[in-house]
This record gives sequence, C-alpha cells and structure tokens, in this order.
Amino acid sequence: MISVFAAALAVAFGAIGPALGEGRALAAAMEAIARQPEAAGTISRTLFVGLAMIETMAIYCLVIALLLLYANPFTG
Amino acid sequence: MESPFGAQVLFRVGPVPISPAVATTWGIMALLTLVSWLALRRATPDGGPVQTALEIVVETIEDQIRAILQRDPGRYLPLLGTLFLFLVTANLVPALPGLRAPTSRIETPVALGLIVFLSIHWFGLRETGVAGYLGHFLRPNPLLLPLTLLSEITRILSLMVRLFGNMMSHELILAILVYLAGFVLPVPFMVLGLLIGVIQAYIFTILATVYIGAAVGAVDS
Repeated sequence: MISVFAAALAVAFGAIGPALGEGRALAAAMEAIARQPEAAGTISRTLFVGLAMIETMAIYCLVIALLLLYANPFTG
Repeated sequence: MESPFGAQVLFRVGPVPISPAVATTWGIMALLTLVSWLALRRATPDGGPVQTALEIVVETIEDQIRAILQRDPGRYLPLLGTLFLFLVTANLVPALPGLRAPTSRIETPVALGLIVFLSIHWFGLRETGVAGYLGHFLRPNPLLLPLTLLSEITRILSLMVRLFGNMMSHELILAILVYLAGFVLPVPFMVLGLLIGVIQAYIFTILATVYIGAAVGAVDS
C-alpha cells in the first residue's frame, strides 16, 4: 500500500524538475532561432537531444514508480 | 493490467523460450532485409523510384552522421543506419493491429544498448589505438577516472532506459485510455505515439553517434 503512494510521489515530484528544465530549454531555443533563423537546423537538432536528456530524469522516476507497483523487490 | 517487466513466452525453441518481442524483432529483420533485397536487386546508376527513395534515406542518415562526427561516415554508416532503420520500424510496428513494439519490453533496448556499448569501445580502439584510447579516460584529469568509468556505464543505462521508458509509458497510457474512455479517444494519442516513436529512434541513433564520436575523438563528450 505504501508503495502505491511512493510511486505517485515519485512521478509527481519527479516531473517537476524536468518540466521546468524543458520549459527553459525550449524558451532559449525559440529565442536563438528568432535571432538567427539560419541556424534553426543545428539548434533544433541539439534541442531534441537535450530535451531527451532532460526527459530521461522524468522517465527514471516513471520506471521507479512502475518497479514499485509491478516488480517491488521488498514485497515479493 | 499485465506488468511491463514480466516476461511472456510465445513458443519454445528447444529449451529456449521465445518472447513475442523477439518474434516481432525477427519479423522486422526479415521485412527490412526483404525490402532492401527486392529494391536493390538490380541497382542501376539511374534507378527507379524505390531505389531513389532508399538512396534519399541513406544519404540523409549519412549527412547527419557526417555533421556530428565531422569525418567520413562510411565506417559508421552500417551500424548507425541499421540501428535507425530498425528502431523506426520497431517503434512504428504498433500502428498495425495486434502487434506491439518490441522496444516497449526491456529486453530489446538492453540488447541494443549492449551493441552500442561494445561498438563505442571497438570504434574507439580502432581509431585511436590502445594507448590513445586508454589515455582518453585519463583526460581531463586522472583523478576523475572513477567518474569517467562510471559515466561509461550510466550513459548506456540511461540510453536503454530512455528508449524503454518512452515506448512502454506510451503503451501504458494507451491502455489506461482504452480502459477509461472506449475506443475513439485514444486515436489522437496513437498518432502522437507515431511521432514519439520516430523521435525516440532519432534520439537513440544521435546519442549513439555522439558517444562513438566522443570515443574516436571527433566530439568533446
């Protein structure tokens, strides 16, 4: 039962940081493309890779939550 | 709902259990081989529309690799191009009814991650030699050696968990939506799933390219 709350907490708090980070990254990329439209290709490629890196943090939390729910090593 | 970590068994070959993900992977491999063989059986300098389409795909991948590695992509194209084409096909497979993406089970991403892990070191050793390659672990500072070694493992771990997590979480969301709302509402999410699949395939390939680039000394990691 506790693991259900733990899973919910992991996803809830784990999503905050990446959300803020992705927002900042996207805003910076938008600004960069607006200033220098000819570099849009390079900027969006780097942005995608960077966003994937940031998103991984949220995905880690999700995987931990699912581990708690489905494959909890402590409850068997 | 069945666990995303559990192993299913479709059938057995002798003592070896074969999961549906592995069977789907074999199907994708057969499909890719068959399409390439049929399209390029009689390749000519001015080929038909199918050959031209394939050439565009290969050249696009080649250009992307060249842009990252800043050297001739010929040596790296077979691995990275196959990786990308396989991942795109594998991630788009759930668009067909009754099939599930093999990448949404942990085993396929782990296998792909191990391939990337081994080829990073293979390319690094071949390009810079044993002494040069081992020396690159001591830069920028020998004191950081444990961290450098740790990052070699964690970045591969995050590579596989990223692919697995994205594909599996999307499948889970679809399952929840079908359970809650019947069968019209999930359709836009399935379209989004196609986009996610292509983006994840792209990101996996780009990150593998960047890691290989760092090992051969083309990019600063």
